Amino acid sequence: MFNAIVQVLDSTIRLSVPLLLACLAGLYSERAGIFDIGLEGKMLVGAFAGASAAAVFHSALIGLGTAVLISVAFALVHGFASITHRGNQIVSGVAINFIAAGSTIILGQAWFQQGGRTPALQPGERFEAITWPGADAVRDVPVIGPIYGELISGHSILVYFAFAMVPFTWWVLFRTRFGLRMRAVGENPAAVDTAGISVAWLRYRALICTGILTGVAGAYLSMVQNGGFVKDMTAGKGYIALAALIFAKWKPVNAMFACLLFGFLDAAAIRLQGSPLPIIGKVPVQFMQALPYVLTVILLAGFIGKAIPPRAGGVPYVKER
Amino acid sequence: MAQAAIELIGINKSFGAVRANRDINLEVARGTIHGIVGENGAGKSTLMSILYGFYQADSGEIRVGGKPVSINTSNDAIALGIGMVHQHFMLVDNFTVLENVILGAENDVLLKSSIAKARSELDRLEREYGLEVDPDAIIEELPVGLQQRVEILKALYRGAEILILDEPTGVLTPAEADHLFRILKQLKDQGKTIVLITHKLREIMAITDTVSVMRQGTMVATRVTKETTVGELAELMVGRRVLLRVEKGQSEAGAVKLSVKNLTVKDSRGVTMVDNVSFDVRGGEIVGIAGVAGNGQSELLEAISGIRHAVSGEVMLEGKPIDLTGKADPGELRDRGLAHVPEDRHHVGLVLAFEENENSILGYHDDERYLKGPFLDVDAIMADAKDKIEKYDIRPGNPRLKTANFSGGNQQKIVLAREMEQDPGVLIVGQPTRGVDVGAIEFIHKRLIAMRDQGKAVLVVSVELDEIRSLSDRILVMFAGRVVGERGPDATEGELGLLMAGVEHQEAAE
Repeated sequence: MFNAIVQVLDSTIRLSVPLLLACLAGLYSERAGIFDIGLEGKMLVGAFAGASAAAVFHSALIGLGTAVLISVAFALVHGFASITHRGNQIVSGVAINFIAAGSTIILGQAWFQQGGRTPALQPGERFEAITWPGADAVRDVPVIGPIYGELISGHSILVYFAFAMVPFTWWVLFRTRFGLRMRAVGENPAAVDTAGISVAWLRYRALICTGILTGVAGAYLSMVQNGGFVKDMTAGKGYIALAALIFAKWKPVNAMFACLLFGFLDAAAIRLQGSPLPIIGKVPVQFMQALPYVLTVILLAGFIGKAIPPRAGGVPYVKER
Repeated sequence: MAQAAIELIGINKSFGAVRANRDINLEVARGTIHGIVGENGAGKSTLMSILYGFYQADSGEIRVGGKPVSINTSNDAIALGIGMVHQHFMLVDNFTVLENVILGAENDVLLKSSIAKARSELDRLEREYGLEVDPDAIIEELPVGLQQRVEILKALYRGAEILILDEPTGVLTPAEADHLFRILKQLKDQGKTIVLITHKLREIMAITDTVSVMRQGTMVATRVTKETTVGELAELMVGRRVLLRVEKGQSEAGAVKLSVKNLTVKDSRGVTMVDNVSFDVRGGEIVGIAGVAGNGQSELLEAISGIRHAVSGEVMLEGKPIDLTGKADPGELRDRGLAHVPEDRHHVGLVLAFEENENSILGYHDDERYLKGPFLDVDAIMADAKDKIEKYDIRPGNPRLKTANFSGGNQQKIVLAREMEQDPGVLIVGQPTRGVDVGAIEFIHKRLIAMRDQGKAVLVVSVELDEIRSLSDRILVMFAGRVVGERGPDATEGELGLLMAGVEHQEAAE
């Protein structure tokens, strides 16, 4: 029983990492007043670019770098449409998702002829699990052994990066000049403008942060969780991340817990598939798979209280006359 | 003559076809308070935005302290020691005072040292100028008067020597405005230069040393305040003689048309906003309700017009009760002869995205005059709109123009025309001239008095004491939800002011 719980928690961590990265990515852009429904698309191009580059250049690091680069490029497209040209942010985000979904399949097929997949990544082209010192030694110690050996040790560098980003993001938001200005520009860009700071440049920088994080999230999907890119492999994680962001009320530490919760639901669903539950009996697989989404709706509808988004969110900044 | 702090020479600025500023020359002497008056849309705010680097002038020269400068961004202005307090505050509502003060003026990448510096600096400014404010308070929890103080602190923190204030008293209570003026005088005594933009002439007379008048984008005159009069300034602003106090005959009060008995209204938090209020309005009289904003006048108006739920009491319109559950059908009340000009014309009175002709029948659109079978009779509506435009001198006189493109005064005229032309028995008007310029005020007052002379019952709520005194046949003063006194039109300002401040009320309670 204890080992089963540890296993579920272990996969909770693995499953919540891409959500967490995407959620923090969304936090940067939404805190700066740019709605970004294109997290999904950016993750997807990141996943594709990462797996492709890693396969071609036989290097995980080059893969990661390419993932980040391409994802940032897409973020800048979103910025160009919605900041420079004051376009509708939702439309621009949806467009990015469509472009990502289509282009990854077409390019994948054109380059690798594997039905939209990228070649399976070999050791060295993926990010390997890092075993912490002493993890193997304590494996058989009750309680501490599994927790240290399974939960803490044995993840890839990207997992640790994702969780390190939580306090880092908090620190950036609330302890740095950039964070102060970014929060201000999401609430009242006119106040930032009259203080002599460029609204556009500030928002572009926030979007670059978003791009970096969605790039890492994509790389995690195709280079850690999976050994290559599969079409539509983000499977709605970008949207779940947005839901988690609202659930977290745009705060980094809350975001981590929200993503862990969604990750846990996912892990529990996988674990409980096909096994009978007490009292209820055997639950259909489909129900377990739907559970995270059902709970998302319920949580968002009733359990989080009032979530006040950044006030200037979604509104292009135009100097008033 | 003191040295000039700012000189503007030949400033021109156009927005598309509109010439907002043409050949403006302005000189502001160091250590003085210089007023700039003009009607809405005269170009005052544009001129100051150019000085603050928010816009660039098409041509012209700016000199600060005698030296020609180019101000391309707000940063340039701040570096030259120019600070601005905008009409709509440029504050981040959910930030603390400290965060707002340091925003854009941080020492370095990390906030820690900036916050420490701002804290001690705010402390110093508080001691020097009496600008008290809790540095850790959240902006949206502060009253507007204090929010404005934060704006001033922001400018001073950035080392402003020249302070521009754009319509600073629009949102303030009289007491807050007085406090602001004391602060401005103190700043002046410390050698700061202050430019005050307003359309309230009384403020100009009370506080400025010199005053410049703008009209339709040009600078028409500059006067030493002591040597001019309100009448002269008003005339310069509008370009013709203005009656500051509309002449009216004796009222001939008839039968009671609107009767309010023991009305009590609570707001959504359960706080009593209107407390057991009773009064009558007769045909042929204007009853004015005076009071500092927020003493229950808004809630009273809303309850009478059937928009807001009243806890108890009754309101009789021409002898029959009005549904006070807050679910009254406004259409039915209109049919019964109640017309309502709401306080907040942007949210309640008008649909700004509609064309003028559409707004001019809004609420009366199911009147058969405007219908042809089940459809709107566009020709009739247009003819009706043109008629109202002519009668009420609504400018520009284009019924197809989007309502948002009219100035505040003309928007108010659209609402007034719509409600008055229905020939109601009872007219209730909230803030008839809020944000309306001098020329239009005179016009609106005349129309209200004409309504009275036709035997209508008119109820006016206004925070402008001058307006109440000029219009009303009877004045009721509200304080903390109660009617604390009734006076005739000859009541002095001081007398009403004491009532408004609740002084007499408290003495009576003791």
